[in-house]
Amino acid sequence: MRRAVDELSTGSDSDYSNSWISWFLSSKGNEYFCEVEEDYILDRFNLTGLNTEVQNYTQALDLITDNLDDEIQDNEFRGSLDVQARLLYGLIHARWIITSRGLAKMLEKYKKADFGRCPRVLCQSQPLLPVGLSDIPYEKSVKLYCGRCEDIYSPKSSRHGSIDGAYFGTSFPHMLFLVYPAMIPPKSGPPDLTLSLSGSVRGDGGDGARRRRAREDPESVAEGVGDSVSTVSAALKAERYRPKIFGFQVHEIAKLQRWQEAVRDRQIGRLEELEERGVI
Amino acid sequence: MPRQQLQQQPPQQEPLKGEAHGGDANVVPDGDEAMEEEVDQEGYASSTPTSSLTWISWFCSLPGHEYFCEVTEDFIEDEFNLTGLNSMVPFWKEAMEMVLDVEPEDSLKIPDVSIVEASAELMYGLIHQRYILTRFGLNAMAEKYEAGQFGTCPRVYCLACHVVPCGRSDMPGLDTVKLYCPNCNDIFTPPSSKFQGVDGAFFGTTFAHLFFQTFPQFAPAPYYSPSGLSTSAVSRSPGNSTQPAFVNPNPHGGQKPAAGKVYTPKIYGFRVSERAKSGPRMRWLRLRPEIPGELDQVDWRGRWIGSDDDEYEEDDDEDGEHHMEDFDPVGHNR
Ligand SMILES: [Zn+2]
Ligand SMILES: [Zn+2]
Repeated sequence: MRRAVDELSTGSDSDYSNSWISWFLSSKGNEYFCEVEEDYILDRFNLTGLNTEVQNYTQALDLITDNLDDEIQDNEFRGSLDVQARLLYGLIHARWIITSRGLAKMLEKYKKADFGRCPRVLCQSQPLLPVGLSDIPYEKSVKLYCGRCEDIYSPKSSRHGSIDGAYFGTSFPHMLFLVYPAMIPPKSGPPDLTLSLSGSVRGDGGDGARRRRAREDPESVAEGVGDSVSTVSAALKAERYRPKIFGFQVHEIAKLQRWQEAVRDRQIGRLEELEERGVI
Repeated sequence: MPRQQLQQQPPQQEPLKGEAHGGDANVVPDGDEAMEEEVDQEGYASSTPTSSLTWISWFCSLPGHEYFCEVTEDFIEDEFNLTGLNSMVPFWKEAMEMVLDVEPEDSLKIPDVSIVEASAELMYGLIHQRYILTRFGLNAMAEKYEAGQFGTCPRVYCLACHVVPCGRSDMPGLDTVKLYCPNCNDIFTPPSSKFQGVDGAFFGTTFAHLFFQTFPQFAPAPYYSPSGLSTSAVSRSPGNSTQPAFVNPNPHGGQKPAAGKVYTPKIYGFRVSERAKSGPRMRWLRLRPEIPGELDQVDWRGRWIGSDDDEYEEDDDEDGEHHMEDFDPVGHNR
């Protein structure tokens, strides 16, 4: 069946993992997706409401969990079922990646910069996170969020540019930085993922423990890794580009930039006061 | 120097559409047609019988060289334009012969051809940096700009605004070419690695901004109203009443409506509160005031005019998104 859909499996069948999910994840263009654990999919509670979003829901679910009857020969039906299976996997994925286990999996991909790096020069190749602009499928393609400039960008490749943003959802990157405040990128200097990277890349030792701890108490991950550092005036460290003509600033742009920095300073003042009063 | 070059050019200006502007940034009208003719003749005259492709055309057609425009040979042949460059380029004479497709005078003295090629590239790049600051160069780049040959801004809310190449330094060998977006006033790494071998100095630090001063119709204005109010109310130029177009009251400023939307992070549909540790800290970088007058509320030192520095409490909403309940993880987690 997979051969009918994609020519990927023409390689050796023996060392090829036969599950639909691992096939899906290894297909070109699907690099942003992470593996949804089977027990999450098998818990029907997690799929509440999806049966109305996906046609042939039961068979699509059987397909992604490798329980589909291989007798189905109608190629046209297999083709449309494959589309529905991708939709179903995408919608489950959007829910999964904002659970604590899903967040941990996406964090590993983030540390490897699987989602690319910020094209903004002054973000110094900060790794990005996928984000949707809508949680409803077929509305907006996936975008990439930069935690340093806090802005969103279009993926460079059209392969990624055509992925449905609803498969990642609007909340995901913000949930990740909420749960892992130690991963909030600094506003200046090169990106620093080494703190956690050293544990995660080599072996499962430290990181596995950390991740298990994360499941019980997400906040604990940040302990000792800068949780005490306030982000109230972080924006002051952000660099910005200043257009110049023969060394002189461009009047109108300089004026806009002064206004923007005054807005920044006003926010910082507001937050500092809250911090002083112990509100935050 | 490039300014002098600007003044050297014959002032064959057509009046700009709409209004007349002051200032020397307006040396460049849309004289595209006259220029094209000249360029064509020039190209024809210099083509050698053996090959119809000049070194310059060949160089500009190489992968990764899409941002370059073709410098006219008469610009290169005018020594005044090259002042100071010969000390920066080894094998100057040989490189010049290569760039202009001239038979080498003394072929015995020629060093390794690849060395001359590198010199020719450096020479062309440095001349290009100067050329694109002249009227002809700006016009040539404007044509490429309108055709979208420099690409678009990767930032989602810039709505595919066209970008221009720029350098972060005018000295060669320091950094590769970047792309400047006039909507977010920021610079980006080109999307393809083929541009990683192109020196930013070949475009220089000034070009991008002189370009948008020269062609304000391509430059977004510094204010933005989501309701579109600011786009209609402020037309002040006489004799312009038939133009439904957007008019920036600052005649020297950007004359295109800005793409001004700013991203708002949300969790489960609720804005992430600025009180959260992971709350928004960078909206200011992309924010524009709704009306141009707001820009004047900040003085030259960056302070709000006529307001105490302590007056922070009243608002939370520069962005106009009022009273939506924030997602406040601080309260949520405790
Ligand atoms: Zn960024
Ligand atoms: Zn932009």
